Amino acid sequence: MFRNQYDTDVTVWSPEGRLLQVEYAMESVKQGSACVGLRSNDYCVLGALKRSVSELSSHQKKLLEIDDHMAMGIAGLTADARSLAKYMRNECLNHKYVYGDNIPPAVLMSDLADKHQRTTQTYVRRPFGVGLLVAGVDPQRNSCHLYQTCPSGNLYEFYASAIGARSQSARTYLEKHYESFPASSKDELIVHALQALAGCVSGDDELTKENGSIAVVGKNQNYILIEVEELQPYLDKLEIKRNDDDDAEEEESEDAEAMET
Amino acid sequence: MANKHTTRPITTGTSVVGLVYDGGVLLAADTLLSYGSMAKSFNTPRMVSIADRVLLGASGEYSDFQEIVSRVEALALAETTQSMESVYDERTLSAKSLWNYLRAVMYQKRSKMNPFWNDLVVAGFENDAPFLGVIDKLGTTLQENLVATGFGGYLAMPLLREKWRPDLSEGEARALLEDCMKVLFYRDCRASARIQLAKVTKDTCIISEPYELDHSNGWNAPSMQRAVGDLDGDGGW
Repeated sequence: MFRNQYDTDVTVWSPEGRLLQVEYAMESVKQGSACVGLRSNDYCVLGALKRSVSELSSHQKKLLEIDDHMAMGIAGLTADARSLAKYMRNECLNHKYVYGDNIPPAVLMSDLADKHQRTTQTYVRRPFGVGLLVAGVDPQRNSCHLYQTCPSGNLYEFYASAIGARSQSARTYLEKHYESFPASSKDELIVHALQALAGCVSGDDELTKENGSIAVVGKNQNYILIEVEELQPYLDKLEIKRNDDDDAEEEESEDAEAMET
Repeated sequence: MANKHTTRPITTGTSVVGLVYDGGVLLAADTLLSYGSMAKSFNTPRMVSIADRVLLGASGEYSDFQEIVSRVEALALAETTQSMESVYDERTLSAKSLWNYLRAVMYQKRSKMNPFWNDLVVAGFENDAPFLGVIDKLGTTLQENLVATGFGGYLAMPLLREKWRPDLSEGEARALLEDCMKVLFYRDCRASARIQLAKVTKDTCIISEPYELDHSNGWNAPSMQRAVGDLDGDGGW
């Protein structure tokens, strides 16, 4: 973007009425690798593309367990995300001790959004440089929910969403298919998540069992993480599906997908 | 900093009795406030309804009950305003989560050797099932179909256990509770015949106005008949 005299402190407005530090923090989210989330009535699935620094290094974990009924996917500054995960896990445990039940995700997310906002109005702090996709099950209403936070402190609930590098491709895919999600099975949702993620890889890379990961929470499903070997069967389904789609759309011309850097 | 610790209750209420019947929960308590052996007030309610959904009753120190109610009402209010959904979708305190919350409070106070000197009764109806639980001053919790605090534990529980069935109608449940309250009036010297009944079902949560139990036949009970001595009717032994 651009450097100017209004972007040094988060407490300084630009003449256009913007908080540039907050916007720069949101840029950090866009630099992180892609993370997608979608839900049906019974399950909520998160998918993430794990980056590795070099061939020698491991892939960076992007899906975290917050509680039995809550999962979190991250894009941006991993360290900031871990700090937020620690806070959320603590809140979940405290709630469970005092009230004997899982914390309603909406309540925790509301407090989390306030926590983000506080950093945008204090002289000595900086905004969190991470976007979160949080999947959770409300114990009182027995319903599944997907939320997204960003450094600005805005909180949104989604049927499906994607954040991070090249995530527009995933969002376009999800927009195309989201109406079929409420009735989808758990496996179908996972394949949709992987399909959405597949469009977010860079250049020659492809989605493999090493760099892909899936997390699921649901009404009768405690948090599970599907990675490496367990992920392969779903990736195989992806191939079959992709071939079927290619055959079906041979005659159609597809819209060029907008690419985001 | 020297803090005083509660060592004994001063202004007290006696038993709270409750049972689960077919379709809801019924509680009963008298409205007497005792000050040691003095009967201080005859019309004090010892059960309240929270958020029109949950009943909370207490025996023991009345000032502690008032403090607890104050905190719980604030909690219920905060519950409705919390969360982004609350504008569209009411979020209210459930009986079970209130019961758990009170457990945490009571246990913490006891652990600091400064308890709320109460036996608390929590009743509600959620997830299509009745809920009835107690918490004592130590933070012990019990979830049961039949509860009775204070003297009720000795006098009312045996009656409840004998007569209770899971499919009691509301009328039968009410009659059983009134019978228990009558026995308590006869034998608990800190009890009165002026009682309240409280009911929570799927659609209602109400507490009756205080009313007097009919104890006019009490002196005719067999145990109250005394043999008159040889001196024909003057009551001598």
